[in-house]
Amino acid sequence: MSGVELTADEVRHVAALARLGLDDAEVERLGRELTSILAHVNTIAALPIADVPPTKHSRDSADSLRPDVARPGLPREDALRNAPDPSADGFRVPPIGA
Amino acid sequence: MSGIDVIGLTAERAMGMLRAGECTSEELTQAYLDRIAAVDGDVHAYLHVDAERSLAAARAQDAVAGDALSGVPIAYKDLLSTKDVPTTAGSRILEGFVPIDDADVVARGNEAGLVSLGKTNLDEFAMGSSTEHSAYGPTRNPWDLTRVPGGSSGGSAAVVAAGCAPWSLGTDTGGSIRQPAAFCGLVGLMPTYGTVSRFGVIAFASSLEQVGPMALTVRDAALLHQVIARDTDRDATCTGPREPIVVPDAGRLDGITFGVPRAELEEGVEPGIRARFDESLAIATALGATIVDVELPYSRHGLAAYYVIAPAEASANLSRFDGVRYGLRVDAPDVRSMYEATRDAGFGPEVKRRIMIGTYALSAGYHDAYYVQAQRVRTLIRQDFDTAFQGVDAILLPTAPTTAFPIGARLDDPLAMYANDIFTLPVNLAGIPALSLPNGLSDGLPSSLQIIGPAHSENLLLRLGAAFEAEHAFDVVPPSMRSGA
Repeated sequence: MSGVELTADEVRHVAALARLGLDDAEVERLGRELTSILAHVNTIAALPIADVPPTKHSRDSADSLRPDVARPGLPREDALRNAPDPSADGFRVPPIGA
Repeated sequence: MSGIDVIGLTAERAMGMLRAGECTSEELTQAYLDRIAAVDGDVHAYLHVDAERSLAAARAQDAVAGDALSGVPIAYKDLLSTKDVPTTAGSRILEGFVPIDDADVVARGNEAGLVSLGKTNLDEFAMGSSTEHSAYGPTRNPWDLTRVPGGSSGGSAAVVAAGCAPWSLGTDTGGSIRQPAAFCGLVGLMPTYGTVSRFGVIAFASSLEQVGPMALTVRDAALLHQVIARDTDRDATCTGPREPIVVPDAGRLDGITFGVPRAELEEGVEPGIRARFDESLAIATALGATIVDVELPYSRHGLAAYYVIAPAEASANLSRFDGVRYGLRVDAPDVRSMYEATRDAGFGPEVKRRIMIGTYALSAGYHDAYYVQAQRVRTLIRQDFDTAFQGVDAILLPTAPTTAFPIGARLDDPLAMYANDIFTLPVNLAGIPALSLPNGLSDGLPSSLQIIGPAHSENLLLRLGAAFEAEHAFDVVPPSMRSGA
């Protein structure tokens, strides 16, 4: 069993990649839980299967494509209906470079 | 009260009553609404019921000369988008979200004349095996209210077991139809990947999940699968079934060869589950089938591969919940802080766990070691099944290694929770169909049998299931839910 142990800094790094704000208690708990889950996941790390092709999905046939013809898009009012802070014609967000 | 006893009422019987004019859809729908009002306070299987809306839909069906299923009620897992009806995925981050379109499977149900009774509880974003990870509180198992109904489609299972809907739709990413069907004494079908549209299904792990029926009988499951197994132009991975779905009659099993992966049964299977499983092998033999051993050596690595692949896909799929276009927003001075605060407040602990695992496994330096390695194991699991199906028609396993466990028992041990799906996950990784059906009781709780077949073998699985079902004479109604109880 490989001894991967996630430090608090590593947990914070992954959380930042995932855009998850975590408090200190969550960082501590997730560090413990992820270490134990990754220990189990690591049971496949040592399998000598480097020459096996990876499977991304389980379909044998190609994608089913519809005819390439124009059809009506989503009406703007429908697209904005569930937005937390819609403007007349878009989604308002806080400043990006603050 | 309407006077119609809906407890244990099959959809097929309800259809017969409607077509014979013994009742109207409005009366039948009202009977289910009365039942929901009487017991759902205890079971907590519905997240959303709109009685007036359901009754209006029922009256609309009564007013037309509908198709065979016209006017039969149904319940939908709250992962399925329903136009103008709140859809939460069991998450705070989607509280108040009202879809602008129906999922394809819901649209097919509407076209068939089915009347929605409401939306059912689930583990948040379908991540879980107990329905305890719902942000809206756990659902309880109608067989024993101190136990979980399984998950993630636990609400869809509990409503049927409690007589609060004749049937329902669930989704299955790693066992989420089959395991709750098993825990609640129902029939559940996980279809071949790519045969049912995922349009409008809030995405968790797109390469693994399918929508499927949950029902009291194999025939009901087949009838509902006929409605949803259809081609679509709104999901490029869906081409529909290869042949029309047939509603089966019970028969013998002469000429059928079942494979049993005995090595997989050596550890972790409760004695009562094992005993019922061995009895089902005896039933198969008595009906004329042959039982042989098969080996699925890479299945034991399915849990590890699944807990890389599913979280990796989830971490990508759930990036869309950012407080901009829909759902919760927690205000913050800049957009990045807003994303982080929104996602911290909106997602529950299990969802965060999976996003973290998935993000870690996809991050620079770990992608090949975790994600690609898991995909190689996926190839080998598929090959194991392909090899086995060269010598057998179908494979038999228990659906779950245990009966329904007590609420709270596994919440603090994620790996123990995940391990309950050990017999179902490999099927999703291979993209093949499996049918779960009741297999007697163990200490008063439902045990179940899983029949796994090659891709596009749904009609075979349903026929085999009907044969077992006729021999079991299983009473699908939990003792505490029987009329007069």
